[in-house]
Amino acid sequence: MMNIGEAGGTAPVKVEERLFQNRYMVDAGRPHIRIRPHETPSKALLAMTRLCPAGCYSVNDRGQVEAVVDGCVECGTCRVVTAQTGELEWNYPRGGFGVLFKFG
Amino acid sequence: MIEERFDAIVVGAGPSGNAAAYTMAKAGLKVLQLERGEYPGSKNVQGAILYADALEKIIPDFREDAPLERHVIEQRLWTMDNGSHVGMHYRSDDFNEERPNRYTIIRAQFDRWFSGRVREAGAVLLCETTVTELLRDTAGRVIGVRTDRGGGTAFADIVILGEGVNGLVGQRAGLRPELKPDTVALAVKEMHFLPRETIEARFNLKGNEGVVIEAMGTITDGMTGTGFIYTNQESISIGIGCIVSDFTESNRTPYGLLEAFKRHPSVQPLLEGSECKEYVAHLIPEGGYNAMPQLYGDGWIVVGDAGQFVNAVHREGSNLAMTTGRIAAETVVWLKRRREAMSKANLAEYQRRLAETFVMKDMKKYRKIPDFLHHNKHFFNLYPKLLSAAAQTWFRVDGVDKRTKEKQIFQSFRAGRKLTGLIGDAFKLARSWR
Repeated sequence: MMNIGEAGGTAPVKVEERLFQNRYMVDAGRPHIRIRPHETPSKALLAMTRLCPAGCYSVNDRGQVEAVVDGCVECGTCRVVTAQTGELEWNYPRGGFGVLFKFG
Repeated sequence: MIEERFDAIVVGAGPSGNAAAYTMAKAGLKVLQLERGEYPGSKNVQGAILYADALEKIIPDFREDAPLERHVIEQRLWTMDNGSHVGMHYRSDDFNEERPNRYTIIRAQFDRWFSGRVREAGAVLLCETTVTELLRDTAGRVIGVRTDRGGGTAFADIVILGEGVNGLVGQRAGLRPELKPDTVALAVKEMHFLPRETIEARFNLKGNEGVVIEAMGTITDGMTGTGFIYTNQESISIGIGCIVSDFTESNRTPYGLLEAFKRHPSVQPLLEGSECKEYVAHLIPEGGYNAMPQLYGDGWIVVGDAGQFVNAVHREGSNLAMTTGRIAAETVVWLKRRREAMSKANLAEYQRRLAETFVMKDMKKYRKIPDFLHHNKHFFNLYPKLLSAAAQTWFRVDGVDKRTKEKQIFQSFRAGRKLTGLIGDAFKLARSWR
């Protein structure tokens, strides 16, 4: 995944170090969020590469947005942001799968 | 899935769903509650503050065994710029009372406890079960739900939707509109563990006393949002949240914002040496009264975050969730006893009852605030800086006379926002607040 530098002079912050603390029950081979095939991502989808609190989104070398949702915390931000463009197929994980908050 | 018919199905086992399921089960109704997480609380996120009053009205003796962290004796409001904060603190020994008013809690533990009480009251709880859609009869009335447990269905006279802010069931059924990026906030939070003596020494506490810090200012980098720090027994909850549409237009990441908040010189010493054990994120409905959807219809009622029941100004949500859950349930019980249908016309009683409570009164009172803050970003950026500079001018002793200092402060405000802007802001804020 990516190492995201911050504007405003603060040091780079890695999200994966944070997610490492969390517990997940990954539904292997059945991602609950899928990106519809696209040539060029919308501004909204592109924003998710920065906005996703779990860093699930990244841009590949063809300029398309890809998602690896194993670390998803199921907040729904990407669903709300892309509701207008319809680029995501978003469902909750099957019952019992996904993130398991120890404290919440 | 379950062949028998229920009086009510509750979707979700958070504060609103639990309040509803408990109240109906206690009154003798046959209740089925469905939760997608492995256990109640495993998908739920909150700061978290528990407001005793709302829970007391449901479970008066909750203090006997509920997992409570600390009772809040001190509230700090911080206006922050990059290197300082101006604070308003209120601490009172009156809050060390027999039945304290507010507690910090850890939601995964609290929701599990609440759910235990719900099951004791007689409700049937099925976890690891995601509701996929509402079932309707030919007249369009909601009559049950379909789940992802082998596509199993369950039927009831009423479905109470306590499915949370990002609740897809009601939305996909067309009961309420899609969330808009400018009416929801994205909040991220970490749990930092420290020995309890360290927390008590750093926050000036003894026993189970707790402190709440709510912060605003340059920590959100010009976005509409706030930060918070809550003391638990052996941990500190720290988080920050901003309106989603502001995030989309900024160049900041949510975790980068949280990291900068943690490194702020006013915050860093409070967390020094702590161990972070969890990182979470969640949406908060912040659109207020004007963003509220239709709350009931033929065979359904919506409660809690799914109904946008959050008072963003006072950072209250769980108490509104519990109260709407309770009142929805009481309405259902009342109709049931009168042998009346769970029709849209009859369920209007829910809204009538809510209108008499603090829930609707507060939602209405602050109906203009979300829009006001969205269009007046200087409350998050400019004013905190001006306030901090003014405090520094005032407190620094440097041979400049006090009258000159007063002039400097006044001029800095005029330079920053012009006199008409200052007066206009005060007027607009007062009008929105009323």
